[in-house]
Amino acid sequence: MKELITFNLNRKPVELNLDRDRILLWVLRTDLGLTGTKYGCGESYCGACTVLVDDEALRSCQITLNDIQNRSVVTIEGLANNGELHPLQKAFMENDALQCGYCTPGMIMNAYALLKKNPDPTEKQIMEGMEENLCRCGAYKRIVEAIQAAARVMGGFEHEKK
Amino acid sequence: MKKNNDLDLDFTDRLMDFQVSRREFIKIAGGGIFIFMTIGDIPIWAQQRRDRPSLPTDFNAFLQINEDGRVACFTGKIEMGQGIVTSLAQMLADELDVALDSVDMVMGDTDLCPWDMGTFGSMSTRFFGPPLRAAGAEGRQILVELAAEHLNRPVDQLLTENGMVYDRSDREKKVTYAQLARGKKISRHASGKVPLKTPDQFKIMGDPILRRDALEKVTGRAKYAADIQLPGMLYARILRPPSHDAKRIAVDLSEVQQIEGIQVIEDKDLIAVLHHSPDFAEKALSKIKASYDTPKSDLNEVTIFDHLLKVAPEGELVAENGDIQKGKKEASMVFEQIYLDGYKAHAPIEPHGAVVNVEGDKVTIWPSSQTPFRVKDEVAEALGISSNNVRVISPFLGGGFGGKTRNLQVIEAARLSKLTGKPIQVAWTRQEEFFYDSFRPAAIVKINSGLDKNGQTCFWDYHVFYAGERGSQHFYSIPNSSTVYYGSGWGGGPGTHPFATGAWRAPANNTNTFARESQIDIMAAAAGVDPVEFRRQNLTDKKMRSVLEAAADKFNWKPATAPSKRGYGVACGIDAGTSVAMMVEVDVDRETGKVMVKRVVCAQDMGLAINPQGATIQMEGCITMGLGYALAEDLRFSGGQIHDHNFDTYEIPRFSWLPKIETVIIDAKNETPQGGGEPAIITVGGAIANAIYDAIGVRMFQLPMTPARIKDSMAKG
Repeated sequence: MKELITFNLNRKPVELNLDRDRILLWVLRTDLGLTGTKYGCGESYCGACTVLVDDEALRSCQITLNDIQNRSVVTIEGLANNGELHPLQKAFMENDALQCGYCTPGMIMNAYALLKKNPDPTEKQIMEGMEENLCRCGAYKRIVEAIQAAARVMGGFEHEKK
Repeated sequence: MKKNNDLDLDFTDRLMDFQVSRREFIKIAGGGIFIFMTIGDIPIWAQQRRDRPSLPTDFNAFLQINEDGRVACFTGKIEMGQGIVTSLAQMLADELDVALDSVDMVMGDTDLCPWDMGTFGSMSTRFFGPPLRAAGAEGRQILVELAAEHLNRPVDQLLTENGMVYDRSDREKKVTYAQLARGKKISRHASGKVPLKTPDQFKIMGDPILRRDALEKVTGRAKYAADIQLPGMLYARILRPPSHDAKRIAVDLSEVQQIEGIQVIEDKDLIAVLHHSPDFAEKALSKIKASYDTPKSDLNEVTIFDHLLKVAPEGELVAENGDIQKGKKEASMVFEQIYLDGYKAHAPIEPHGAVVNVEGDKVTIWPSSQTPFRVKDEVAEALGISSNNVRVISPFLGGGFGGKTRNLQVIEAARLSKLTGKPIQVAWTRQEEFFYDSFRPAAIVKINSGLDKNGQTCFWDYHVFYAGERGSQHFYSIPNSSTVYYGSGWGGGPGTHPFATGAWRAPANNTNTFARESQIDIMAAAAGVDPVEFRRQNLTDKKMRSVLEAAADKFNWKPATAPSKRGYGVACGIDAGTSVAMMVEVDVDRETGKVMVKRVVCAQDMGLAINPQGATIQMEGCITMGLGYALAEDLRFSGGQIHDHNFDTYEIPRFSWLPKIETVIIDAKNETPQGGGEPAIITVGGAIANAIYDAIGVRMFQLPMTPARIKDSMAKG
């Protein structure tokens, strides 16, 4: 049954008249045309579909419209602000932290939430925080380096300054 | 480090539809300077068949120096993460003397780009690089000749820089490439006679350059096959059998046909549900009731090896030297071993996908494919139309590793689009990906080898079943040896594998290198010689010796006989013309059998590294991906039924597996470039197996080396 779903998407209010039990991933990709959020496994194992819901990294293949009612969703398309890339996006570029690029949006969104929670992560904490995001090309090394670089730019990384 | 982030891959029409001779092609293609290239041999069928591809077939790539000074390179190769969108542009820009960001790569569009066999085998830089550079050099020469006329100066008085020709003695006398190309229509087939730049003249080649496609990929703008959305497009979900050998005996579509908005298609073997939202199609699919007859099979990941040996075809000799029987007589120690390797999935994070739009007799396809020109022919055949009417446009590819040389999903989408008259997207689920993948074949390697009384390897008798030939040949100096392979690794005919098999990153070579390098280590340990030293003693191959030295140097390898309890392992290999030596350090948990790879040092000689940054990243990728086949990846099945459906049970490497990775690329600027996307993966299994032995004195004869297998081997002693 269609209902009115209201939420914030990439800093803009959105109203959708859709079934509340529809999976967010497919609504984003098809109804809203935001294809930066990827399908990788459909069962929460790979993280390619990761988006932010109130700054928390969630698997959009596992949540429904009901779960985001009146909440704020950010996808990879909404991470840049007024055309200015987010430090994580820049760091992924500058550190060559991607190859085929398919897991990249999910990696960046997960890293965003990680740094939000802990602006000053150790290498080990980064690895633990990213553990559930899979990359098949084998870019992990540079993804870790990119997240460290972004944390520095974002003013974190206090443990390095000490 | 240089940045070059502003490339937009152009998927829009640049030229009109055409099917023409080269002369006519130039007429249509507009102004500028064209240089055509032939890479390797053009297959006879491409030249002869009446049903010609839409472009002339006597070349397989070309570049165009446009009237606005921009340079476009048209090639059927595709970008799947390996970075050729950057490295090919680098080669061209350097030879032509233009800025890197003035080069557009137009890739994998079958209407715009001439025929190409596909992107695999680490061949793009190796085989495409030299002619591309030659074409660039030829283009530059044409521009200099034009400038000589324009500036009224002799050719040898002129120099080129950044898209401009100057008079050497008076740099005020200059003309841009754009000015020179304006109003011209010049075409030439690269003769290969114009000298290429020497390494000391390189300005862009050999420089570490960041990916040109990074901006699209970090902003979510990069389009992959399943991201293509056309007006009126329907998403298809297809009824699948539970097993590869299952036969459908009944199907009930009555319930699904009642669902509003769902279109059900039944066409011979193909039953699909279509909807404008993929999640609705998915739900509807679950409403189909079907029953199947599935024959009983005793085949599984344990019994498969005996089965394969039973059905193995005749062996084919790869190489032989000396006399094995003579070698055997000289042997004072003989080593006879069998090595096993299970099936592996490609498991790219992007599953196979395709959008196909059949409009009348015209077909446009956006596939996730490593072989766009094969897609064109396969779809033409499936739909019974001329391939001239089929256009394939290649979006970005979310990983291939060999698995996307097979295009079943495109055929499915094409059939459905033809049946409905609507654009159709078929995007496989992860479970479908784990079912219809062309798996790396299970394989067996039997090696019999011996040491003479001086500790030199005196014979080597090598038999590989089903992995394939690549990498089977040893490179050690052994006076009597023979290498035979049984079955190619591709298919194998009915009754061989229970499902499709095919090329997996460095096909055959991972299995062959694991077996060979394990055997070498067994002999080193028996001879009481350090494994690096043992290899050195048996190596005359200079290139291999130098990478081995480089790796040992970087690793700071101190000689010791295995097992030294340090957990050090070494392996060497050759793939795609590149020599690799790898050293690893592991920790083995004796309680759990779990292996932690702490450190990997990899040295490789790949000839000239066009983009050392890109090459380094490929090495890191190979090492990281290789941990999976070495330690965890093993497809479980019963007959044609696959038991691994997702990443919960089929484990691929993750962040916590990441060792410290150090890479060395041997400086070989004057050598022709060799493969880079695959070589460093081949040594991972062997090096880890040898390190496990060094750590705990237990030899692993089967990949992957899972905790259970390690504990099992420990128990057996």
